[in-house]
Amino acid sequence: MNESPVIDHEAMQEPQIRLVAVGATESEPVSPLLIEDVTVAYHHRPVLWNIDYQAPSGKLIAIVGPNGSGKTTLIKATLDLVPRAAGQVLIFGEPYRQQRHRVGYVPQRTSVDWDFPVSALDVVAMGMYRKIGWLRPVSRKYREAAKQALDRVGMVDFASRQINQLSGGQQQRVFLARALAQNADLYFMDEPFAGVDAATERAIVDILRQLRESGKTVIVVHHDLQTVHEYFDEVVLLNMRLIAAGPTAEVFTPDNLRKTYGGKLALLDQLGEKMAQPRSR
Amino acid sequence: MKSVLTPLQSWASLDTWIIVIGALAAMACALPGCFLLLRRQSLMGDAISHTSLLGIVAAFFVSHWLVETNVISPATELSVRHVAMCLGAVIVGVLSAWMTESLQKFGNVESSAALGVVFTSLFALGLLLIRAVADDVHIDPDCVLYGAIEMAPLETFGTSGIPRAVVVNGVVLTINLLLTVVLFKELRLSAFDPALATTQGIPAHVMHYGLMGVTAMTLVAAFESVGSILVIAMLIIPPATAYLLTDRLPRMIGLSLLIGALSSVIGHVSALTLPPLIARSVGIPDVHDASTAGMMAAAAGFLFVTAMLLGPKYGLVSRIWHRLLLKLRIAGEDVLGGLYRFEESAPAPADLSLATERAAWLRSLTTQSWLARLATWVLLRRRWLIGSGSEVRLTDTGREAARTLVRSHRLWESFLAKHFVLGTGRFHESAEQVEHFLDRDLLAELDQDLDRPGVDPHGRAIPN
Repeated sequence: MNESPVIDHEAMQEPQIRLVAVGATESEPVSPLLIEDVTVAYHHRPVLWNIDYQAPSGKLIAIVGPNGSGKTTLIKATLDLVPRAAGQVLIFGEPYRQQRHRVGYVPQRTSVDWDFPVSALDVVAMGMYRKIGWLRPVSRKYREAAKQALDRVGMVDFASRQINQLSGGQQQRVFLARALAQNADLYFMDEPFAGVDAATERAIVDILRQLRESGKTVIVVHHDLQTVHEYFDEVVLLNMRLIAAGPTAEVFTPDNLRKTYGGKLALLDQLGEKMAQPRSR
Repeated sequence: MKSVLTPLQSWASLDTWIIVIGALAAMACALPGCFLLLRRQSLMGDAISHTSLLGIVAAFFVSHWLVETNVISPATELSVRHVAMCLGAVIVGVLSAWMTESLQKFGNVESSAALGVVFTSLFALGLLLIRAVADDVHIDPDCVLYGAIEMAPLETFGTSGIPRAVVVNGVVLTINLLLTVVLFKELRLSAFDPALATTQGIPAHVMHYGLMGVTAMTLVAAFESVGSILVIAMLIIPPATAYLLTDRLPRMIGLSLLIGALSSVIGHVSALTLPPLIARSVGIPDVHDASTAGMMAAAAGFLFVTAMLLGPKYGLVSRIWHRLLLKLRIAGEDVLGGLYRFEESAPAPADLSLATERAAWLRSLTTQSWLARLATWVLLRRRWLIGSGSEVRLTDTGREAARTLVRSHRLWESFLAKHFVLGTGRFHESAEQVEHFLDRDLLAELDQDLDRPGVDPHGRAIPN
């Protein structure tokens, strides 16, 4: 009698999810991201080794590690943008291919050509192309939605600007608006704080918190160790291997950081080089 | 005295057809060209135009072999060959793109080097094959390279009187237009952000190879009639010109079509008129016209340079003009600011020594700098100043503007003094520059940061 339709809905969905959930226990909801034994190699040289990770639902998660530790590669391997040499990835219990619509991706700002002849609104609308569907033009409905997304990041006044007339921080906000327009359940953001001004950083953090409040999971490649405690619930410490992962308070310790940024890298790196050129041994 | 336009008096339907063929080919090329340019792969078109020679030769082989083995009759050979040529070029085009990418990935070779290796090798292979079969089939490498747009209208389609080249290029243009309109959003996203395209369910690599295939098809259709050199020009120059003129992709595509067509018209007309004119002026009376294909490429180049110089936003002339306007505004504001400061120190105009000083300042300002003279003239016309010579005074509107400027100057000095360690002289230097660029929002922010200071670091009042 007092059962809300929301609960009904969940009850309907749960058995389906349980069937395919590999890593989740009976009582827990299925994890938004389950990475099992993932290894990635470029030119036969491993850059990620046997990564196992299960992300909790509805948290802000930082991936932290030195340059070249495979942070971006981990995201790209998860999204099938680079091939995995081994291992599997499950998004909400299913392969990424079947869950693409639930995943939002914010690549590094420098990954695109900002001289491209498009407006900020055009870029945001790109986040909805899957919903719009093949061969259909971007209709007024979607342009309105794109405008709302721009409004959420405080950029609505710049909607018709060509993107090279925006500052670095504004460009990052446009990227964020594009991810918001996707309305995904799981977000990957590759260094959204790189090279942005203080105001933009605050705006991004606000957005991240709003996303968490609405039950989304956000995984962020993060460089600024000072702010990890303040911004993130969970930390993944990465340096070619998974060093540690878990709640920030437990995992983000000086000892783990030393492991992540310390001498281990040199050893793994050397081994990687040996594996790339086996004959030169 | 013969007029420049004399050669045009003998204008024939042939000339019209030449222009139509050139325009259709140019427009067909401009469409894939726009996307190649935006993907920074313009040279890929160049490469494909060379490698597709291999596809063409292979097509000759196949159609020849089909006739030998009696699969098709010699009568249908020509039409089979045309289809085979298009297919062959598309296959080799996609193949060369794929080989370039593989070489880059597995050979660890830089992209332009990989492109260089692939396209010269395949082109050389094509040339070798031509030599090997030159006795069996008639194929003329010169014709492929330079084309023969002047001859193209002579080969008509059936008995209709419409040149075959018009039909072929028209069909290709229509296909390309349809693809561009229907797949506009997908093409744009996969050019701008291939990773996002893939995550949005638009496979970027399929779009990439599709674009290469379409480029190859367009090139083959076009360079049969206009030659591969003109085709490369038309693939790159109209899109590059349009890119300089607008910030929106649909407009860029439209403009590139227009520029392509315009190049054809200008090219042919100047091929008829310019050479006799130039040749006569250096004393050679017998030159009548020049290669239309060459002139079309030159016309496209001319349009590009024009856009570079005169483009409304990124053009050299408009950039110089805007810089001049900025300088003029700064000079004008300096005059206003100076006059305001004199008014400040002498509320009553009775102080004679100050009046002399003021007159001397104005005189030196206007004699030393033509910009200050021009700026004063403009301010007088706008009625921000009144009077003449060294007797000019601020009007009320002028005083308003001057007050804002002085306010900017002093707020900035206070801001510097609060947050930075600088010699006193440096405050003024910096403020002299910054005062011209502080807008209302920034001023409000400064004012707030400084807790609404009444005076600047020199103790002078900050006007409201």
